[in-house]
Amino acid sequence: MSALLSLRGVSKRFGGLTAVNRMDFDVTEHEVLGLIGPNGSGKSTTLNLISGAFPATAGTISLRGQPITHLPAQDIARRGIARTFQLVRLLPSMTVLENVKAGAVFGHRRHWGHEAEAIANTMLEKVGLAGRSQMMVGQLTYIDTKRVELARVLAGEPRIVLLDEWLAGLNPTELEEGIRLIRSLRDEGRTIILVEHVMDAIRSLCDRCVVMAAGAKIAEGTPTDVLSDPAVIRAYLGDDDA
Amino acid sequence: MTALSSRDWGNLALCTLALIAAACLPWTAGAYSLTIGVTIAMYTVLATSWALFSGPTHYISLATAAFFGVGAYVTGIGIQHLPYWALLPIAGVMGALMAALVGLATLRLSGVYFVIFTLGLAEFVRQIITWGQNVSGTKGIYVLTSITEVHIYWQLLGLAAVVLLLGWLIGRSRLGFALRIIGDDEAVAKHSGIDTARAKILLFMVPGAMASITGAILAPRYVYIEPSLAFTPMLSFQVVIMALLGGTGRLWGPLVGVIPFTFLWEAISASFPNQTTLLLGLCFLVIVYLLPKGFVGLIDAARKRMNNAEGFA
Repeated sequence: MSALLSLRGVSKRFGGLTAVNRMDFDVTEHEVLGLIGPNGSGKSTTLNLISGAFPATAGTISLRGQPITHLPAQDIARRGIARTFQLVRLLPSMTVLENVKAGAVFGHRRHWGHEAEAIANTMLEKVGLAGRSQMMVGQLTYIDTKRVELARVLAGEPRIVLLDEWLAGLNPTELEEGIRLIRSLRDEGRTIILVEHVMDAIRSLCDRCVVMAAGAKIAEGTPTDVLSDPAVIRAYLGDDDA
Repeated sequence: MTALSSRDWGNLALCTLALIAAACLPWTAGAYSLTIGVTIAMYTVLATSWALFSGPTHYISLATAAFFGVGAYVTGIGIQHLPYWALLPIAGVMGALMAALVGLATLRLSGVYFVIFTLGLAEFVRQIITWGQNVSGTKGIYVLTSITEVHIYWQLLGLAAVVLLLGWLIGRSRLGFALRIIGDDEAVAKHSGIDTARAKILLFMVPGAMASITGAILAPRYVYIEPSLAFTPMLSFQVVIMALLGGTGRLWGPLVGVIPFTFLWEAISASFPNQTTLLLGLCFLVIVYLLPKGFVGLIDAARKRMNNAEGFA
């Protein structure tokens, strides 16, 4: 199977700090890839490089063989890579429906008018927010704001969905619902890269994991394999437990 | 584009009636009222088109005087060579092009740089024209036409209608939706696939073109134009104050600011002709502190309170 997205030697330096150091990995179609690692290991930065939030210092990121490394964020979004943010970002002056419509109007596949509205409503139903479309986003609970953001991302019909700690900060019941929701996306055959700390979610959702520590890739493989890898355990827990 | 609702038709009919009523002013009022009418129509065009861009993007533009002055000079210089009616489109295109250039140069920067750049722009164009005059040895330009106050009033009224119609159409378009998203969160806009720089530049061309056409229409009224008159920074500040007083959240917002402010300004200039700038500054402070969302904000808040009261009754 050919890679949908591939990173080759991708690095990001902020002055003297190397946040991401020569990352190589591929994502194939319909795959759920977990990007994991301890805090500060460069996972979110890698996601930001893929989505074009800022440019890579070196290396190539390509979507279906075409380089997207130096494209601005809006072009990357139009080509079909959509993301959620680590701290949820919604449009506060708009209703839930309008928030989601933003994805349908300007995303990978673009729609307008009733068509865009219909897509937005379908996505709201999918994430479990049917009937709340006319609420303002300020009135929502925390998990519902996350759902709106996810619906906005899905409304653009992206080829790849990037989830930046989408499950973080949820309580146990919400977490269960959240995992179920992402599993439903996986069952639809969507390609997803998720940055995540919740181990249960990683085990049950990911086909494959890339583990990062101090900006570099230290392991890659199935969740069971990488989570028993001594290098990974050392990165998370220190030398004594390895 | 979605179909018009019955409410849209109602608003449209209401606006048309208001426009017809305003157009009858020359027959119903005296010369002084007509002068006030011209001022109101002029600032309606300037403040409404200003708010079209600055409302959603929150970029405060002080370039109105630059565009206005360029328009005035298009008429001043062009009237000797071209028919008057050809000058207005030329002024519009020049204003739009200038706005596009300014946008390309500055809109990628954050708001503060944009404010300073636009303020400097008016001064820059003024200095260039002054320099040109010094080199060529001419002073100002006489604009001698048979155009009367009534003609100017009707032209400005027509232009105001165009601005409102354009604003309404933009509000219903993808561009309008994109700008609301940009105003809410630019990072979300970019990551949703919106070319934010392009959207902002396109929209900035609207006030650019409109201010320039306004300058072109008003030049015959001045009879004699010189750089310090055509590019007065006072104009830029007054437009900002009026738009903020009315509120930029609604298309009709600036209009609600323009009308009372014009009368206030008349009173100030008549009673305190030497302290106008000082009082303008005071007005600005009062508006920013007491009415951060303008009259529109007040009206919305009152409406909300009434709805809540009904809900509890």
